[in-house]
Amino acid sequence: MSNIASAIVRRLVIIIPYSWLLIFFLIPFFIVFRISVSETAVAMPPYVPVFALSEGFAAFWEKVSQFSLDNYVWLTQDALYLNAYLSSVVIAGISTFFTLLIAYPIAYGMAQAPRSIRSTLLMLVILPFWTSFLIRVYAWISILKPEGLLNQLLLSVGIIDHPLIILNTNTAIYIGIVYSYLPFMVLPLYSALEKMDGTLTEAAQDLGCTPIRAFWRVTFPLSIPGVVAGCMLVFIPAVGEFVIPDLLGGSETLMIGKTLWNEFNANRDWPVSSAVAAILLLILVVPIVLFQNAQAKAESRDR
Amino acid sequence: MVKWSRFNIASIVLGFGFLYLPIVLLVIFSFNESKLVTVWTGFSTKWYGQLWQNQGLMDAAWVTIRVALLSATCATVLGTLAALALVRYTQFRGRLLFSGMVYAPLVMPEVITGLSLLLLFVAIGFDRGFWTITLAHITFTMCFVAVVVQSRLLSFDQSIEEAAQDLGATPVRTFMEVTLPVISPAVFSGWVLAFTLSLDDLVIASFTSGPGATTLPMKIYSQVRLGVTPEINAICTILIGIVAFGVVIASFVTRRREAQRVRDEQAAFAPA
Repeated sequence: MSNIASAIVRRLVIIIPYSWLLIFFLIPFFIVFRISVSETAVAMPPYVPVFALSEGFAAFWEKVSQFSLDNYVWLTQDALYLNAYLSSVVIAGISTFFTLLIAYPIAYGMAQAPRSIRSTLLMLVILPFWTSFLIRVYAWISILKPEGLLNQLLLSVGIIDHPLIILNTNTAIYIGIVYSYLPFMVLPLYSALEKMDGTLTEAAQDLGCTPIRAFWRVTFPLSIPGVVAGCMLVFIPAVGEFVIPDLLGGSETLMIGKTLWNEFNANRDWPVSSAVAAILLLILVVPIVLFQNAQAKAESRDR
Repeated sequence: MVKWSRFNIASIVLGFGFLYLPIVLLVIFSFNESKLVTVWTGFSTKWYGQLWQNQGLMDAAWVTIRVALLSATCATVLGTLAALALVRYTQFRGRLLFSGMVYAPLVMPEVITGLSLLLLFVAIGFDRGFWTITLAHITFTMCFVAVVVQSRLLSFDQSIEEAAQDLGATPVRTFMEVTLPVISPAVFSGWVLAFTLSLDDLVIASFTSGPGATTLPMKIYSQVRLGVTPEINAICTILIGIVAFGVVIASFVTRRREAQRVRDEQAAFAPA
């Protein structure tokens, strides 16, 4: 009796979240691909339906032969899209590098901190992550503006004579991404560095390594899993970022998240925006798989 | 190690300064008397007073809070189940796909999640509004809950569960009376995380909402596009205050529970 009950419970524990994610996470991607091969129509919804599942197999094949790759051809013909994809990847890559550069000393310092204050420090890193993304990006507008707080400070100290133009440039986007995603980088780095056996670096130094050499030969290689997880947590969402380029970037800044948003909200072209999303997804498949592997490894390590 | 410590302290202080300074400045300038957000002219709370008269803003806040409460609660249930499935059942058909679907939403760009959910709702003819935002929020926040609860379950001593089952408890009763009390701090912080994520989301809500359902971030975004005003600073300050309060309460509850658990365990193993 209890065996049957526990088998049922076991099934339910798996089936309920599994089917939820299938319906609301996986199936929508197939719909995106489906609509990306349909044609634009002036209607609501604004696309010609490609196929309905109820029509049977023969009808299905007939419809498949009508798949239109026009939207994808369109994307390759207009340099705007290609440039947007390229500059998104470049901007996300550069920002990820700077985030790593800033986050590493913070995470290292936290891991070296006295045990009693570590949990407080951890809390302080997580706290900004819980305040709104939009608010944190918005806060930078009044700092970076030509008449903003940063320029006021620099002018009054006398470092510069003319206000720096930072807002609405790529520099502002870098600052925005580094700032917003910093906690995502610090947390995995910290958890990798905190687990590390401190006697290893001591041994290296006893054997004659300089502290810097000991860091590069011992500490850094051991923290690589944290580096990979952190970089993926920053890079992948940053490629498709919308809020940061929209609020901090300029009109000539091209990022694919913003392009998709405009294509969808301003041009109301659902098939083309689906094609944009489909290609973005294909670009991100490799980093996402890398991230999944890092997660799975961490999971089996903790077990 | 001693040689490094000054460098360590400096990097922590600078790093935290970088993290907190923009937020602190935003809060300070919400009390500025002038309409200019960058020049300090005097202390005033008038921008807060004006908020209450803004009916559109209050409506949006009410929608946002209802969506967040409902979606966080559902996401906590689903996320906890997902975490149990991942940790307890290491072998079942499609587990790789399942763990992929739990981790992928953590990094998926919001524009993709938003667009794909919108297309789903349109395809099945679901009216867009309050419910579609809630369903979308449940989906992306449940994965965060799952990760938080999963990390707690991984360090959970399964032998007490086995003991309860050996003594005749059903699986459901074992979960309710043994497992849940132990993992409850993680479940609770998962709920708070889901709540704040839902409260903050702009992109997914914009894609999945329909006429009549505007959330607070959507409202803030449309005002930010028109320019920086102290009124927005005031709303943001209130939101930051709510979140900070919630997080402090959550960490307080978690610590007390944790201390209680340690005391209980010590009492259980102490010689009578």
